[in-house]
Amino acid sequence: MAPHGEVWVFAEVEEGRIADVSIELLGKGRELADTLGVRLGAMLLGKGVRPLAGALHAHGADVVYLADHDALAMYRTLPYARWIIDLAAAKKPEIVLYGATPTGRDLAPRVASALKVGLTADCTDLQIGEYESGGRLFSRKLLQVRPAFGGNVIATIVSPEVVPQMATVREGVMHVPPAADGRAGELCEIDFAPAPEDELVRVLEHHAQERRVNLRGAPIIVAGGYGMGSAESFKLLHDLAATLNAAVGASRAAVDAGFIHHDHQVGQTGTTVRPKLYIACGISGAVQHRAGMEESQKIIAINRDPEAPIFQIAHYGIVGDALEVIPRLIKALKGAM
Amino acid sequence: MSFTMVVLVKQVPNWSNITGEAMNADGTVNRNALPAVFNPDDLLALELALDLKDREGGRVTVLTMGPPRAADILRDALCRGADRAILLSDRRFAASDTLATSYALAQTIITRLSPFDLVICGRQAIDGDTAQVGPQVAEKLKLPQVSYVERVLECRGDRLVIRRNLGRAHEIVEAETPLLLTVVGGGGSARWPNARLLLKYRRACSAFEIEKAAQARGAAVGELKDELAARGLLIDTWGVDEICADLNRTGLTGSPTKVKKIMNVVLKGKDLKRFAPDDAGVKALVDELTAERTFG
Repeated sequence: MAPHGEVWVFAEVEEGRIADVSIELLGKGRELADTLGVRLGAMLLGKGVRPLAGALHAHGADVVYLADHDALAMYRTLPYARWIIDLAAAKKPEIVLYGATPTGRDLAPRVASALKVGLTADCTDLQIGEYESGGRLFSRKLLQVRPAFGGNVIATIVSPEVVPQMATVREGVMHVPPAADGRAGELCEIDFAPAPEDELVRVLEHHAQERRVNLRGAPIIVAGGYGMGSAESFKLLHDLAATLNAAVGASRAAVDAGFIHHDHQVGQTGTTVRPKLYIACGISGAVQHRAGMEESQKIIAINRDPEAPIFQIAHYGIVGDALEVIPRLIKALKGAM
Repeated sequence: MSFTMVVLVKQVPNWSNITGEAMNADGTVNRNALPAVFNPDDLLALELALDLKDREGGRVTVLTMGPPRAADILRDALCRGADRAILLSDRRFAASDTLATSYALAQTIITRLSPFDLVICGRQAIDGDTAQVGPQVAEKLKLPQVSYVERVLECRGDRLVIRRNLGRAHEIVEAETPLLLTVVGGGGSARWPNARLLLKYRRACSAFEIEKAAQARGAAVGELKDELAARGLLIDTWGVDEICADLNRTGLTGSPTKVKKIMNVVLKGKDLKRFAPDDAGVKALVDELTAERTFG
């Protein structure tokens, strides 16, 4: 039997540092590699990115595959994909993981198509396990768990017969492993050769936008839904957030209604969060929203409708009008502090 | 210059207002309980193509792979201004994952719709949210891809200047045709069906529909087909044979990913502590959370 291939993580570089999701993936990748008894590799591409290899080792990578080249300064599909396709074809990793970011979701399908392998999008969990089909048993397979059909079902997907097994993984759902500074690892430099086709798409301008709010890092989130009724009443949420030193989140319905900017959106098409405390105000708790917040340690739901699904996942519930309850909450909090 | 464009579209179940009846007891999805709609991103892709046609001239062909009833969105596309519609439908395409789907679509474009300048598709479909088929079609056509397109700012000969929306960033790129775009749109909505086109194209028929109509009228299929073709009302309907597809690469056989398990999302109903919405209730809640050090 052929020796088993490695587990790889695509290390995305964002504004000169390793993206959070890639660090999260190294944690999960480490776990998978240990279960399989194989090495964890990280693919690092860019210009002047060599110094970032240490951080990848510290977060669990045994080996960093590096391409440091002027032509890789900005992410572009064709050169990045070509380097990864060639490397994967040569080294035959068992598993390759990407963050489900705009870059990861642009890159991974291109690689999967060229290698003719399966790819599962937007996974929320990954495990090693068995798969049985037609009397055949496949062991040591990557079980790829993802919400499907608008989050109404959770599907487990496998690619039993071809390698690498590939998946993109949702940002914010995997736990970040503590860094072991000074942890050593191998650095393996792989040549990158520019090709004329790389110039078919040229980046003229790239503008990064500051996020208006850092939801993922906030220990407390105060979120409003359509039940808040208006953009004006979101001011109440900001007041409550200020009292608690919390960030303001929102449901998709509130964002679509124009109550607040999309950066604040929590849920399947927004940010996934797991704060210490999540206060849902006027949020009914549609499955798409729950998908992004139900891992919160404590959930308080305030809603007029006692049947709202949000109460099914909440720890504390107040059936009432959020516009009346929030001022009382602010008052009580100020009294308690 | 004018552009020969192929727009990839999909008919999807509408998940936006899902109800309990949409789920079967065994956790599978009852597609029949959900209305079928034009995938929203694909509608924006069609709009981008029609807008380019208005500005620069050209021809827009819409292509979908799906069951016979997917002809509905092709009629819709014709009524909005598409020039030609193609339904790729064959039982042997059933259960295709994104790799097999992209193979069938790319094979159709290679064998029947070349040459072209642009292949345009929505970023993702709301039934799977994978955003994989666009880049996979691009790879199979050996084309560069520009994903998350908001709009085409400018055409410089065979090069397009395009604005991309990357969520936390935006980018202006210049790309040479032939090219594949995946579209997110720039906040505008798609044009409505045109009344004149609606009168005409509501009668457009796929091969499946012609067969049914011929049976009902006791007419010959060939005659009916010729009649519709002469009036430009034929929705070309192709299967595995018409696109010379390799059966090892279509349907379940051509799909490397398999579903191991599907679980219905069941709300467990935690031990919910209820508090009254009045001052006393709210204070009791705050006291409890303070005691648990949840705020600190």
